[in-house]
Amino acid sequence: MYRSLATAIQDAEARGVTLSTVALEVEAKDQGRPVSEIRDALRRALVVMREAVDRGLVGDLMSSSGLVGGDAAKMRTGPDGPLSGTPFRDVLARALAVQEVNAAMGVIVAAPTAGGAGVLPGVLTGLAKARGIDDERLVDALATAGLIGAVVADRASLSGAEGGCQAETGAAAGMAAGAAVEMLGGTPRQVGHATALAQQGTLGLVCDPLGGLVELPCVFRNATGAAIALAAIEMAMAGIEFAIPADEVIDTMGEIGASMDVRYRETAGGGLAATPTGRRLAKERLYDLKRAGG
Amino acid sequence: MVGPSSSHTAGACRLGLLARCLVGGTPERALIELHGSFARTGEGHGTDKAIVGGLMGFRPDDERLRTALEIMDREGLDYKFEKTTLGDDAHPNTVRITLERGGRKSQMLGASLGAGRVLVTEIDGYPVEVPGNSDTIVLVAEDVKGSVARIAGLLADAQLNIATLKLTRKERGGDAFMVIEVDERPNEEVRDAIRALSWVKWAFRLDKVSA
Repeated sequence: MYRSLATAIQDAEARGVTLSTVALEVEAKDQGRPVSEIRDALRRALVVMREAVDRGLVGDLMSSSGLVGGDAAKMRTGPDGPLSGTPFRDVLARALAVQEVNAAMGVIVAAPTAGGAGVLPGVLTGLAKARGIDDERLVDALATAGLIGAVVADRASLSGAEGGCQAETGAAAGMAAGAAVEMLGGTPRQVGHATALAQQGTLGLVCDPLGGLVELPCVFRNATGAAIALAAIEMAMAGIEFAIPADEVIDTMGEIGASMDVRYRETAGGGLAATPTGRRLAKERLYDLKRAGG
Repeated sequence: MVGPSSSHTAGACRLGLLARCLVGGTPERALIELHGSFARTGEGHGTDKAIVGGLMGFRPDDERLRTALEIMDREGLDYKFEKTTLGDDAHPNTVRITLERGGRKSQMLGASLGAGRVLVTEIDGYPVEVPGNSDTIVLVAEDVKGSVARIAGLLADAQLNIATLKLTRKERGGDAFMVIEVDERPNEEVRDAIRALSWVKWAFRLDKVSA
């Protein structure tokens, strides 16, 4: 596996191929399986991602505590906003949908984690639909996302309990931004800048779910994570370069995570979880959960 | 996978799956001690359901995880949960599982590292590092000369390629603990051949649990 995005970008550039090409080759070598089998696995992941998007958009799901559910559908049926009818609104709807399915203990693809599972399918399937991109290129994009995620896991962390939400929805935004840029025809170098731009926008983001449940703010943080990814994609595709290389931004995320107070690392001891309303809602809902035997 | 948390649900399920291998199947009794974030926020994440589901052999994408506690009750399995503190060095998502099946008792300490990745750090008091992304053979043997060569020979005869091999012991001349990651899944015959060695006290295969 690659431990550095810069190395992967150099390899791809030297051979004049996409990042997904080198990602698939390295993964095939690591797993001792042909590239075709890795692509098959990614194709299955894509099916599960799409099913989660569709399931969430129906709008009838409730999380186990009842704190979240039904908001993804509002992005389809609710009143217009300034960005209605654009891919932006659709991407948000899809990101919310997957995370609502997750909160209801439905089947999702951890991408990279369950808590951040809405960002990647939201961004990729939303933009693929808007731009008429076929499934094989989506599969390539997932391989690139996997490469970026593996680098983050190696250099920093993919755990809210270790690194806060910047390691979950933040990492997901970096993966989604990079993957989408490749899918939309960007160069490996642009993929790197998109990843850096998305990850820098989530630095310091804490993990503060109410009652410790992956529900609130997690569902909405997947939508805002997707929005950050879209901003990064738009900037990178326009040719904007971020001066700090992606690897160093990822290292920074790890360093911030390591020094983050334990209250902000998925313990429900700080942040939104510790607000008066957060504490009250968690208490009520967890009481309801216990009474229901859940 | 089934939501809502890759650390607390998928990772927890995988730790349950690894633990059950130590007693060769679904344990009849288990004490599940949760540390750190597992203890504080585990209930809301379904950690309890996921570990129980894993112990019963459900994989992380099995929708039965949602009702694992009900299934456990129906099957008459005696699993208990406790919150514990394992010290500052322990990863925030750590669990200690003490389990029993038939006459066999075992204890495993493991952590969920994020994104569903896990690491088993202790088996029956022996320090180990088993990430569970390869099929793994664990065994306890008397500290005799040539034990590694003998085991390696058995694996070679079965056409199994060793990826990693680690040998630890608590003291000189004490029991040796061997952890062997292999590239292909060993069959029952290999395990039985290892178990048939007079100086091997017990041997188990930890099945690969990664996606």
